[in-house]
Amino acid sequence: MSIENMYNPNLEFFVDMQRCIGCKACEMACAECETNGHESMIHVNYVDRATTIQTTVQVCMHCEDPVCANVCPADAISKDEFGIVHTANTERCIGCSNCVQACPFGVPKKVEEYDLMMKCTMCYDRTSIGKKPMCATVCPSGALFFGTREEIAEMRPNSTPVNTFIFGEEIVNTKVNIMMPKGSNELRIY
Amino acid sequence: MAKLPVEVEKIIEQFGPSLNYPPKEGFPGRDEPDEVVKTHCCFCGMQCGIKLLVKNDKVVGFDPWMEFPFNEGRLCPKGVQRYLQNNHPDRLMDPIKSIPGKGFVTVSWEDAMSETVSEIKRIQNTYGNDAFAMLSGVSLTNEKSYLVGKFARVALKTKNLDYNGRLCMVSAGAGNKKAFGLDRGSNNYSDLEKAEVIIVAGANVSETFPTLTHWIWKARDRGAKLIVIDPRVIPLARTADLHLDVRPGTDSALYGAMLNYLVQHDMLDHDFIDNHTSGFEQTIESVKDYSLEWAEEVTGIDKEKIKLAAEWWGNANTSFLLHARGIEHHSKGVDNVLGCINLVLATGRIGKPYCGYATITGQGNGQGGREHGHKCDQLPGNRDIENPEHRKYIADVWGIKEEEMPGKGLSAYEIIEAIHRGEIKGLISICFNPLVSLPNSNYVREALEKLEYYVCIDFFLNETARHANIVLPGSLQEEEEGTTTSAEGRVIKINKAVNPPGNARTDTSIILELAERLGVKDKFTYENSEAIFNELRVASKGGTADYYGITYKRIVDEMGVFWPCPTEGHPGTPRLWEDRKFKTPDGKAHFNAVPYKLPGEITDEEYPVILTTGRVVSQYLSGTQTRRIGKLVNQYPEPLLEIHPDMASKFGIKQRELVKVSTRRGEAIFPANIVDTIRTDTVFIPYHWPGKKSANQLTPGTLDPISKIPEFKVSACKLEPLGEIAPASEMVKAYQST
Repeated sequence: MSIENMYNPNLEFFVDMQRCIGCKACEMACAECETNGHESMIHVNYVDRATTIQTTVQVCMHCEDPVCANVCPADAISKDEFGIVHTANTERCIGCSNCVQACPFGVPKKVEEYDLMMKCTMCYDRTSIGKKPMCATVCPSGALFFGTREEIAEMRPNSTPVNTFIFGEEIVNTKVNIMMPKGSNELRIY
Repeated sequence: MAKLPVEVEKIIEQFGPSLNYPPKEGFPGRDEPDEVVKTHCCFCGMQCGIKLLVKNDKVVGFDPWMEFPFNEGRLCPKGVQRYLQNNHPDRLMDPIKSIPGKGFVTVSWEDAMSETVSEIKRIQNTYGNDAFAMLSGVSLTNEKSYLVGKFARVALKTKNLDYNGRLCMVSAGAGNKKAFGLDRGSNNYSDLEKAEVIIVAGANVSETFPTLTHWIWKARDRGAKLIVIDPRVIPLARTADLHLDVRPGTDSALYGAMLNYLVQHDMLDHDFIDNHTSGFEQTIESVKDYSLEWAEEVTGIDKEKIKLAAEWWGNANTSFLLHARGIEHHSKGVDNVLGCINLVLATGRIGKPYCGYATITGQGNGQGGREHGHKCDQLPGNRDIENPEHRKYIADVWGIKEEEMPGKGLSAYEIIEAIHRGEIKGLISICFNPLVSLPNSNYVREALEKLEYYVCIDFFLNETARHANIVLPGSLQEEEEGTTTSAEGRVIKINKAVNPPGNARTDTSIILELAERLGVKDKFTYENSEAIFNELRVASKGGTADYYGITYKRIVDEMGVFWPCPTEGHPGTPRLWEDRKFKTPDGKAHFNAVPYKLPGEITDEEYPVILTTGRVVSQYLSGTQTRRIGKLVNQYPEPLLEIHPDMASKFGIKQRELVKVSTRRGEAIFPANIVDTIRTDTVFIPYHWPGKKSANQLTPGTLDPISKIPEFKVSACKLEPLGEIAPASEMVKAYQST
């Protein structure tokens, strides 16, 4: 069966920060992938541990117009027909960190050991054969969910998925959705 | 004398804890496993379904098991990393013997077994059968738990058998037996889904039972109100509709005041109370003076918040109350549990869809393990070892005379005390690391050093095992077939993925051989694990925890079966009490009066601060397993003293400054982590670490008079900043602290 037949474009990635419990099951599971050399491509951090237990979970947002790819001088980062922005091509990446600096979400990490930019590919090896990404599979709280818009609408009537982010005058549309209070349609970052 | 044979550093060098990481390219063969084995996580009571990947008789990875109904592939970080034990360099591969001055040396199974049996006989002949005790644990399957119970009574012929569930669910078990006549969570977790109000009392769900978080959110998505009762803003409390930041040791005052409020405002189910309960009048009499103002004074919770909680609970049509060690680890743990049950009974919301009540059993097989007889007062099927009929029934199953059955023995901590007093001289342990997990660890160490002979069965040389004369290398959960019973009361199948490595053997074969050498082979011959389970089914038959209708085949076909299940045609019981026939002598649910009592230790001028203990998400209990898994250790490398900024400034404590924490038991030094997410009068230390990093150097051995659970959750301490910022966590190597 070809990849086109197995990859279901109706399945989307949804992130709900309020549900994140900071357990790092996603990081552990992501790092199990040998493609990443056992580095996690998803990152869980405390917002400010002194004042709150709140954590954030950051996965690649897979931008419609990925700035990481746009600023890459070596043309090492590509977006495929399904909207997945891929990790840097090993042979082309020059380890310059332009993408690391440019990403509005702080996603790409330069892994010094390999002199390579690495980031989430939404588990292309899994999603291309009809499985959920590993992080969204194991997440024990539903902070990460992979499924259809209809499913999430049914499951979470109080939230709505948002994939438009406004940074100053820059509008960034992404493949990955953030769950926000019902009625929201964009997230403006000040 | 069960002292360390050489310096502890040398033992650690040889046996760990050392940290296991997967190779960067993954374990060889992970992509093309020989076998993918559907089984369960070895850690907490959720018993999440998981698939283990096996290559060349080694566990090389995991895969989510999407079809198992409780967790549908979801896991916590411990579950993701649980596969790193079978292939761990610290695994004990041969029996070892402690030789003073030389350390632990490899010996043959023959020598290890014959020495052990001759020492058991020597001690029992010299001091009596009960001078040889056994300590067990509920990471063991139902089959092993049952076998341990039978082994202690029939082969060792000792009354002194108890288990690490004594540190876990015993307050809940005792409370449930008083109120319902049966010890099991009344509902499975699917009843959370449409609960209108959920109370989570003293249960750090998101760190200790992370996969249960999903079920709570399912209800919240439908509008459920979540009330979290905890001295800290735990991850689940951060977004809760109401967080009641209770002062440690005062929980029963809160429940008493809430009950009084329900009574005063007639938020009661009179029909249920009148027809299906007893003890209501005495119970409400005991709380009639417990006003909101009084409760605010005692518990430190704003009275408006208590009132709101009572109103939400009182007005709900459906609800679920969950609790765990936070309210159970007290010298009045049973009182706290009964206080919760009173709230459930007063509103009649039990035995109906989406009306639930349950303790969240902590250990992997905490539920099943405690039902089948390695509790000092219990026989299989949740039978009472002091009840003549129960004794007779089990004696018949075991092929012994009723009078040969030992009586009620000492509980776990009492066994340590009896060793200390010199009454118990010999010990066999399996699956228990009391030097880390019991309170007042200096006292526990002294006791271990007084033993004439100590033999330990374990897969790693844990801190307690270092005191053993002989260590017999046993098996992990995934190295032997069996069953466990999850916190929901669901009996599930543990499948063998691999053989124990090297010359290690299955726990079962070790126990069976010891029994044979002790002269009772005729009573300990089983073809396989299923044969043990089939005997357990018969032994449980007619008891409250009746497994008779559960077979291995049914468990697999039905993805688990909920007990009680008395016949093979019975569907199992996911929800108890639908028939309103409670298992108490009068068939009614019992209210129990809970007059408020002080905790065992209260703060004073010398020890002005409340100390409470608990867990972190990346570690499990005494850390025998999880302090050997690299990424889990890195996630939370050392215990920190959580302290509120107000208290920190009062004592002049800076972030990450080393602080000496002292109680009447001892002192220990921890880096401060100054956070707003804890009460201003309370400090918190997680307890998973050994030696000088052990929080249990500080905790008291005060026991609940009924359940005998130690009061881990309340100590009075003093704090002394040492004027020195702590070294980086990675430098400290707390996972192998001595």
